[in-house]
Amino acid sequence: MVAHDDVVVTAPVTVPYSRYSVRNAHWFCAQALAGLLQSSGLPKSEIDGLCVGSFTLAPDSAIGLTQHLGVTVRWLDYLPLGGACGVVALRRALRAVQSGDAEVVACIGADTNHVDSFRQTLESFSVFARDAVFPYGSGGPNASFAFLTAYYMRLYGATREDFGKICIAQRDNALAYPNALFKKPLSMREYLEGRVIADPIHLFDCVMPCAGAEGFLVMSRRRAENLGLPYARVRSTCERHNAFPEDPIQMRGGWVLDRDRLYGSAGIEPCDVDFVQTYDDYPVMSAMQIEDLGFCEKGAAPEFIRRHTFTTEGSFPINTCGGQLSVGQAGCAAGFLGLVESIRQLSGRNLARPVPNARFGLAVGYGMITYDRGLCSAAAILSRADA
Amino acid sequence: MTAPFTRPKRKNPVLRTRLPLPPPGARSRAALGLSAAAAMGKFKLQVCEACRCVQYPPREACGSCLSPRLRWREQDGFGELLADTQVHLSQEPYFRERAPWRIGMVRLDAGPTVIVHLHSACGPAPCRVRVGARLDKAGQGVLIGFPVDEVANMADDRQLREMTCDPKFRKVLITDGKTAVGQALARTIIAAGADLVWVGQAEPWKRSAGLEALSALPQVAIVPLDLTDSSSVVEAAGSIGGRVDILINNAEVHRTYGISARNGTDAARLEMDVNYFGLLRLAQGFGPAMRGRAADGAAGATAWVNLLSIYALSNFPPHGTFSASKAAALSLSQALRAEMRGSGIRVINVFPGPIDDEWNQPLPPPKLAAEALAKSVVSALKDGVEDVYPGDVAQEWLARWEENPKVLERELTA
Repeated sequence: MVAHDDVVVTAPVTVPYSRYSVRNAHWFCAQALAGLLQSSGLPKSEIDGLCVGSFTLAPDSAIGLTQHLGVTVRWLDYLPLGGACGVVALRRALRAVQSGDAEVVACIGADTNHVDSFRQTLESFSVFARDAVFPYGSGGPNASFAFLTAYYMRLYGATREDFGKICIAQRDNALAYPNALFKKPLSMREYLEGRVIADPIHLFDCVMPCAGAEGFLVMSRRRAENLGLPYARVRSTCERHNAFPEDPIQMRGGWVLDRDRLYGSAGIEPCDVDFVQTYDDYPVMSAMQIEDLGFCEKGAAPEFIRRHTFTTEGSFPINTCGGQLSVGQAGCAAGFLGLVESIRQLSGRNLARPVPNARFGLAVGYGMITYDRGLCSAAAILSRADA
Repeated sequence: MTAPFTRPKRKNPVLRTRLPLPPPGARSRAALGLSAAAAMGKFKLQVCEACRCVQYPPREACGSCLSPRLRWREQDGFGELLADTQVHLSQEPYFRERAPWRIGMVRLDAGPTVIVHLHSACGPAPCRVRVGARLDKAGQGVLIGFPVDEVANMADDRQLREMTCDPKFRKVLITDGKTAVGQALARTIIAAGADLVWVGQAEPWKRSAGLEALSALPQVAIVPLDLTDSSSVVEAAGSIGGRVDILINNAEVHRTYGISARNGTDAARLEMDVNYFGLLRLAQGFGPAMRGRAADGAAGATAWVNLLSIYALSNFPPHGTFSASKAAALSLSQALRAEMRGSGIRVINVFPGPIDDEWNQPLPPPKLAAEALAKSVVSALKDGVEDVYPGDVAQEWLARWEENPKVLERELTA
């Protein structure tokens, strides 16, 4: 057995995003795996565990990928969990390494985006969505989050300017990150004047569906050190699915149930966290995560947003590479984006602007609106090797 | 109040006719229960027989106690509108060309949260609403949030009109103007706002006082139409088929005979020729043009109504051959419904009990008056209902048939 504390994450890899691609998800998985090998210097034969999150591999799953990519593994997992699949992959891989079921696990989130594939994904996303959501205006997640955003704004007095402040700060962070699809600064005026998509959701509240991949390796600290790989430590993780089914509309996620244990296991308090990679498919979710992960009381996020700044040098850095709102949402890779950026920030492999003296980072996963709410909530606290 | 639907402008014949595209129509088998109820004008949800928990979205087992014993039960639909939005950017062409499209999230008093098409008269959230079910242009059941209290011109809501077949400003063909039912249908549908009513006349040399009185109305035009004559149907379709928005096939032959009461097949043949082959001829003649015009402006082609009979469900032996011809017509109408569905034209089947006419003279009351039948047809068009069982006898037969069709057969053949 490897101690929980002695499992680390390393080799953060991004396969650059594109709005549309003629390649299949397999291509992105292959590029991600190649990147992991190149980044770690390991031969393919040393990868003995594989965990893949993808929506567009069908009719394949992780097993078809082993033959496609020519890897022989003794531990395999497939997690089409969208925005939660990065953290959940990390949790599964960590246990595999801890128990000795695998020594080096490649975790990959990858999706392609053909013209029209986003619509096709939406219309068959889930049985509930096909029966009871998509026939109602076919607005996709924009419409679902319009409900949540409208309700949240009414209940807690959030304004469009509050959400705009988050989007604008993330865009500022993205300007320094080479893989971001959005490379132009965003002003509050542009944000407010963005065209209405499904009120109160406007253009710059929405992520851009795109193609791309993210990945990292999970292994023991000793292995990483022997390989000379900079790494981040995994201090604590949590996942929760279908929390609070009795709530008529989603105003909180499963983090509320797990946050005490999350911080307790890591031995820190929320105030010790140096940056947060929220799951920012829409800014209202960033607001909920700030509340549910203990940075302020429920309903106090609007005031919190007005009080803080969110760029890498700000008082509360979030989505330090720009987040999905500025980098793009590459399907299941979006569930990896925050983790991969956290690993970079904490292991000195920055591509984006570094958060000064960052020791602890929090990466959040959220997703899978199979009907009216995101069912998955997950989070991971990572730290610098010496923290 | 809802802004009243005003007369659409005359169409410029040079401009392209908008092609009908259906909204998303794929459903799980469980969800079809909602469509089946909406087809009969009812809003039903699955209710667990074991723990009474109301379920939505439709599912295979109770989300609370896991019992598979879920029964579709009628709901009052009251609830709280939690949030609403206008979808300006949709993934589907159907909604894109009708944007913005208003939807809402409603917490039903019965428990579940539902996503609904939202009537324009519902106030912004939060407010009380009443959820009902309708069939959409894909022919599938969908939920609509209505204001709790009736408002003026409620039926004129732009989105609701997509789910209904309101005769207002539409052109209607009634295939037989010589019967009391045909004349009542014409008067009722004109009262409901129809622009123009063609009434079919077979054998024009036979005079009909009722038809002559009807033809004095400014909205009425007589067309020669004999459903037993293919060339007559083709000719009528050629002259008016491209303008018919609602087709009501009320032509029927009804002879009160069982099998052994009469020798030979002449009467039965005539019944089949009008009741079954007549429908087939009409469907071939008028169907394609109606399908092509199903999205033609705000008052384009919308519905096809078949006057069947409650005897179509189960044979009534004293009217044995008539029952058989109506059963054949019912079966054919299901094929027609399938062929029309892709365009959004609704096929409405009407299953009256005995109509108060000469062929039902030996039957005791209650019998259905022509005016009552006409009213129920127009209501079905306005409500967007697919199957209509007007009158007490039809309702009673339906209840017996739904409970156990085999028992009904035994009762009828006793």
